[in-house]
Amino acid sequence: MQDTIFALASGSLGCGVAVIRISGPKAKTIAERFSGGNFAPRQAAYKSIRDPRNNELIDTGLVLFFQAPASFTGEDCLEFQIHGSRAGVARLFTALQAEVGCRMAEPGEFIRRAFDNNKLALTSVEGIADLIDARTEAQHKQALSQAGGHLADQAAEWRDQLLDAYSLLEAEIDFADEGDAPSAVMPQVRRMLSELGVSLQQAVLDAERGERVRSGFRIALAGHPNAGKSSLMNTLVRRDVAIVSEHAGTTRDVIEVEFDLGGFAVIVADTAGLRNTSDPVEAIGVERTRRELHKADLVLWLEDVASSSCAPEVIDAEVIKLATKMDLATDLPPWADIGISIKSGSGIDPLLSLLAQKAEKTLSGEPPLITNLRQKACIESAARHLQKAMSHQDQALELVADDLRRVARDLEALMGRIGVEDILGTIFSRFCMGK
Amino acid sequence: MDRSFDVIVIGGGHAGCEAAAAAARLGAKTALVTQKTETIGVMSCNPAIGGLGKGHLVREIDALDGLMGRIADEAGIQFRMLNRSKGAAVRGPRAQADRKLYRLAMQAELRDYPNLTIIEAEALELLADENGVTGLETSAGRFGTVSVVITTGTFLKGMIHIGEERIAAGRFGDEPSNRLSDSLLKHGFQLGRLKTGTPARLDGRTINWSVLEEQKADSEPEPFSYLSSGIKQPQVSCFITRTTLAGHKIIQDNLHRAAIHSGAITGRGPRYCPSIEDKIARFADRESHQVFLEPEGLDDPTIYPNGISSSLPTDVQTAFIRTMPGLENVQIIRTGYAIEYDFLDPRGLKSSLETKNLQGLFLAGQINGSTGYEEAGAQGLVAGLNAARRAAGKGPVTFGRDTSYIGVMIDDLVTRGVTEPYRMFTSRAEYRLSLRADNADQRLTPIGIDIGCVGFFRQSFYMRKMEKLAKAKAALSEIFVTPKQAADVGLNVNKDGIRRSAFDILAYPDMTFARLVEGWQNLAEIDRRTAEQIEIEAKYAVYLDRQTADIAAARRDEGVPIPPDFDFNSVDGLSNEIKARLTAVRPETLGQASRVEGVTPVAITLLAVALRRRQKARAKAVQS
Repeated sequence: MQDTIFALASGSLGCGVAVIRISGPKAKTIAERFSGGNFAPRQAAYKSIRDPRNNELIDTGLVLFFQAPASFTGEDCLEFQIHGSRAGVARLFTALQAEVGCRMAEPGEFIRRAFDNNKLALTSVEGIADLIDARTEAQHKQALSQAGGHLADQAAEWRDQLLDAYSLLEAEIDFADEGDAPSAVMPQVRRMLSELGVSLQQAVLDAERGERVRSGFRIALAGHPNAGKSSLMNTLVRRDVAIVSEHAGTTRDVIEVEFDLGGFAVIVADTAGLRNTSDPVEAIGVERTRRELHKADLVLWLEDVASSSCAPEVIDAEVIKLATKMDLATDLPPWADIGISIKSGSGIDPLLSLLAQKAEKTLSGEPPLITNLRQKACIESAARHLQKAMSHQDQALELVADDLRRVARDLEALMGRIGVEDILGTIFSRFCMGK
Repeated sequence: MDRSFDVIVIGGGHAGCEAAAAAARLGAKTALVTQKTETIGVMSCNPAIGGLGKGHLVREIDALDGLMGRIADEAGIQFRMLNRSKGAAVRGPRAQADRKLYRLAMQAELRDYPNLTIIEAEALELLADENGVTGLETSAGRFGTVSVVITTGTFLKGMIHIGEERIAAGRFGDEPSNRLSDSLLKHGFQLGRLKTGTPARLDGRTINWSVLEEQKADSEPEPFSYLSSGIKQPQVSCFITRTTLAGHKIIQDNLHRAAIHSGAITGRGPRYCPSIEDKIARFADRESHQVFLEPEGLDDPTIYPNGISSSLPTDVQTAFIRTMPGLENVQIIRTGYAIEYDFLDPRGLKSSLETKNLQGLFLAGQINGSTGYEEAGAQGLVAGLNAARRAAGKGPVTFGRDTSYIGVMIDDLVTRGVTEPYRMFTSRAEYRLSLRADNADQRLTPIGIDIGCVGFFRQSFYMRKMEKLAKAKAALSEIFVTPKQAADVGLNVNKDGIRRSAFDILAYPDMTFARLVEGWQNLAEIDRRTAEQIEIEAKYAVYLDRQTADIAAARRDEGVPIPPDFDFNSVDGLSNEIKARLTAVRPETLGQASRVEGVTPVAITLLAVALRRRQKARAKAVQS
């Protein structure tokens, strides 16, 4: 059976609505599993969309089912229209990825299916395909440039590790009658592969962590104790999330809240006040604060309007200096960028629109989320096939090789072709062949 | 003499013999033109047939009723199944052949082959008009034909190098074919140069065998051909010696005198078959290399030292060879040499092995950039079939990557071209688990029967085999085994109460047919060959499901033809680089196009669109 594929159909994230399109034999099952009930074709239904694995709410939105062949691709199709929050889309994608027979679409795959089912006017395909080609190239570049070339380096290392093990295996298979060919390579191949496997697994875990970090615009609230960080937090998200008290040093841990700001996912982290402390528990909080500041895209440094100066202890992120408790003063102090009063509500709206502006600047453009998820899917699949490869008996070299070919294909999707010539090339450079 | 033929094959090597026989089997009036009839079927290099990937090709040739398998079974003097302890998919039959017996058996086979005439003459010039090939000019006069198969091996502008010495020759002692090469140039073909080599030949009577390690033949030799019931010739041993540091020093001191290193050779040699001087230069830290001493025949003292092909001067080769244990006093019968020859870029071929430029001209073997008897034979077979079909006014037959190594090889050659002589490896086949040496007949004989190249004897033999197989399979799937019963024959399966069929049970790694028979005696009446086949099929069944899905996905694009006059530049949205690559290769199907280097999935979609648009426009034009 053909895979069911999904992709973000709306252009970019961080806007009001995100359209996620799903095509393939599982589309209807997915509609039922994610949002319950029956779906009449071509009738939008407003539904809660839940992760079927734990029944947690992902978002609410429109669910729209198209019965084959009356759909964009000619297959059963499903559309989720949800809020354009990066975190929400990421959660939905992760849940879809976990469905059996369901995976993220390759670039151009929807169009190819539509085309194969005679669903596209010929003229329209070329334009779309052009776009995709441009975008894939951009994605590929972006994918490899991400994290300062870290992924590219890592992928190159995986490729080398795989090639080493794979070529050793193929050398034993294809050069069994050569004097200088390796033999009984499986124990060695296993060692090499388990190293690769650990590295792949690690990367999947990292990707999960990375997704959380990258899934929104991070704002850290920082400043000295009692500057009003927690009060601002509560105002921003309009509900009580942090313990607000007059007693300095109450917020000992980092508290995170995600909310929607002008269509962009924003994560606000309230931090412990930064001060030298003898209280060991509070000291831990202070240390966490410093780490949080490091991660943030933007730091709001809060300072009581009565202070004569403001010296934020931040190195990396952009800092906005915020004078709080403006209801107690008449003028904005010279060190402040903006002044607010939680009590009177003054300055909050300008602050929010400034934050939305900053978030938009950072988040718009090609969403790295998509490439991240695709990369993660490739790596996960590679790890799965690798595990399968290791499960065979030592003498079943050809079965191990068959699974390694699949690992190679997964890594290819991540970083380009690994052909038989690469394998033969490695064999001939390592072993002296030819009797 | 008859001056007109349906098919003329030039060359009597492994490609030429298979091509001529295949064309004749299809009923085409066929001529084989060769410089010397006594060199038909000569093994120019090593006296062995088969191996990994190569053994698969021999089985496939045999499945299509070709010659190589049966002739090798006649002449084989040391049969070994390579990778016997590994999975069936990577086992490769190999045999040392008695060089003389092989040649004579091949000549005897062709002498009485129906529809085939052998002509001793040199091919001089290819004749053609705007509709394609019209005939062939030879030293014995002019012959008319619509299909010519050229299988000239290393003869086109062949040049032998021994140290500083250069000899124009197609093979040691044989004249090269220069006029045919010029004739191809005149028809607009681009020729390139490739290089290969062969080692010295030794006098076995002067070797001290007692100090050498022996490599025996299999105790139960397994023939190549599905038709052969057993092996006729007595089985002999090969022996193994090793190079020494003293020998390496001789070569290092004289490296500058090797034709390869002195720059005299421009053609590119194979990485998997390097000369001894290459091995020593590239792997300087290795203290020793194995050398296999292979007998060339039962009544022939000539020994083929496998692993030391060389283009060094005779005196250096001799001194070097005598540093190896057992060879201290060896007499050298003939010195080793490197040979350069012309080849045509195989990307100029269709999958039928007909050239894209000249209709009716087919090429097979080393002229297409391949190396090896088996690779040559397999191409010869395909070229011969298609040459005959053209003469009969029929469309081409082609073989897919999913049905055969033949298909893998031809597809690799015509879509990717060559940078070194192309040799088959099992790792080239992505569907290796289903393309096995044991099932070549099941994959190809039915296709051969359809085409008409499989004789009556093989047809009935194949039908009988398949009947036995079907009956045995039915017997196995009718037996249901409880976990307890499985335990009784020594197999632990989950105690889940599920009854598995005996066929499913056989899939378990530790299970064998013999152990099944212990539990179910009625299976004992299944003969050994059928039992082996069933066991292999059961072992792979679960993996083949996965492979079948891969094949189905790939077939979608393989089924979309690209017309030969299609203009890739007319496809909007393709990058100039991709247009140029596609125009150079001119792939015949969408699937082939996707394997051309640098072509992206999106480019394939665009190409699919353009092809469908063209098809629609044509259909419209026909309607109105």
